[in-house]
Amino acid sequence: MTITINGQQVAVPSDPRVSLLDLLREHLHLGGSKKGCNQGACGACTVLADGERILSCLALAVQYEGRSVVSIEGLSPDGSLHPLQHAFIEHDGYQCGYCTPGQICSAVGMAGEAKRGLPSAVTADLAADAVQLTHDELRERMSGNLCRCGAHNGIIAAIADTFGRPAVAEAAE
Amino acid sequence: MTPFSFARADDAAAAVRMGGAPGAKYLGGGTNLVDLMRETVEQPTSLVDVTGLGDAIEERADGGLLIGAAARNTAVAGHRTVRTRYPALSRAILAGASGQIRNMATMGGNLLQRTRCTYFYDAAARCNKRVPGAGCDAVEGFNRIHAILGASPACVATHPSDMCVALAALDAVVHLQGGAGTRSLPLVDLHRLPGGRPDMETTLEPSELITAVELPALPMAARSTYRKVRDRASYAFALVSVAAALDVAADGTVRDVRLALGGVAHKPWRAAMAEQALRGQPATEASFRAAAEAELADAAPLAHNAFKVELAKRTITAVLAELTGDRA
Repeated sequence: MTITINGQQVAVPSDPRVSLLDLLREHLHLGGSKKGCNQGACGACTVLADGERILSCLALAVQYEGRSVVSIEGLSPDGSLHPLQHAFIEHDGYQCGYCTPGQICSAVGMAGEAKRGLPSAVTADLAADAVQLTHDELRERMSGNLCRCGAHNGIIAAIADTFGRPAVAEAAE
Repeated sequence: MTPFSFARADDAAAAVRMGGAPGAKYLGGGTNLVDLMRETVEQPTSLVDVTGLGDAIEERADGGLLIGAAARNTAVAGHRTVRTRYPALSRAILAGASGQIRNMATMGGNLLQRTRCTYFYDAAARCNKRVPGAGCDAVEGFNRIHAILGASPACVATHPSDMCVALAALDAVVHLQGGAGTRSLPLVDLHRLPGGRPDMETTLEPSELITAVELPALPMAARSTYRKVRDRASYAFALVSVAAALDVAADGTVRDVRLALGGVAHKPWRAAMAEQALRGQPATEASFRAAAEAELADAAPLAHNAFKVELAKRTITAVLAELTGDRA
């Protein structure tokens, strides 16, 4: 009965009421993932489960037995920065920083969805194989992550810089 | 959250067996149920995790599509056949929630999500759905988001699902397994209108489990779409939504149509009156508007949601015009 968290095997909590978010923050002292609303409305608790972005506040930890979870602390090995973290610095994608770990984990998951060709609510052609991560696509796909400071412009710029350009370049070829 | 026991079901029969225990509930992605448990609106004594059951999306010999109830919303919305042959379903799912929630939420859980009426969530408010017989604070309260069709004095809540609206329009069939065996029923018969018992939201028997959703072969569904009108551009529940499929004959008349509304009633609202009014009529905006008027003739708005009546009419008209567009 274990969950792999950032590469480490962790025992599943004996109380099934423990959320994945509380397992990270309270049991493992991984404070990067934030408890913003604790009801699935803000995205600050976003982590990756087997590479897919999920809300750890609405996830019962016990349901993730046998799965591999990555939080902001495990996104890049050995204390190095993920390219998206560099881009957040470059584009000033934050103000208070509270939503940042969720934004970054969400964007990494989002990029995987786009790479698989998953359409969004603003994709005009549902039959298209490739997704172009335009400004509108990024805003729609990142709408589950709120920033009360209003740093969305910098956030979207950082994500576009990291994940938008290769997709555009591929499409142009 | 009140204490509960947790068990993972390995197959549907085991799930139904465990689901028959008093106070048991099935758990899908948890995106609604975990939240309601935290608010103590839901207080199950045991959870049966059914996310390990069938999640395959299979094309059937008769041209239909069978979607396992554990299929995640993202998987269904992104499935090639759904995108090309049932685009209204892809669009409806993609219009709902956020990327994170769609990755967690299952088909079965989406069908059984509960209303987002704020009084239902608020333990300090009176709610017949939460506490039968307690009264309803929404009827005389802030009811801008509430129902305009099929409501009762006991409950004016709406069903929150986008996906269900598309399924209602596309003649979807729900497959069930219970203690007495398996059965299936049309999606439009799964949810109930509130009447005097708004706490009874579906026609499911106790412990009955949704195992799959079937989309029948419906060639006209290739020309279908979903439009959602809401207070912000993304990540908000529908004020009004419309799912529609339209088949226009060579002479410009409506050969066949499927139409359903969201955000207006206690259940996904199949607009049968509008469909009947449209068949055989010229596919023009005047016909579309007349059909919308017919469907909304019995609308009974509350103090704060009269705007939904006109909004529904305009959205129906606009969606049908959009589906006619490329032919004109």
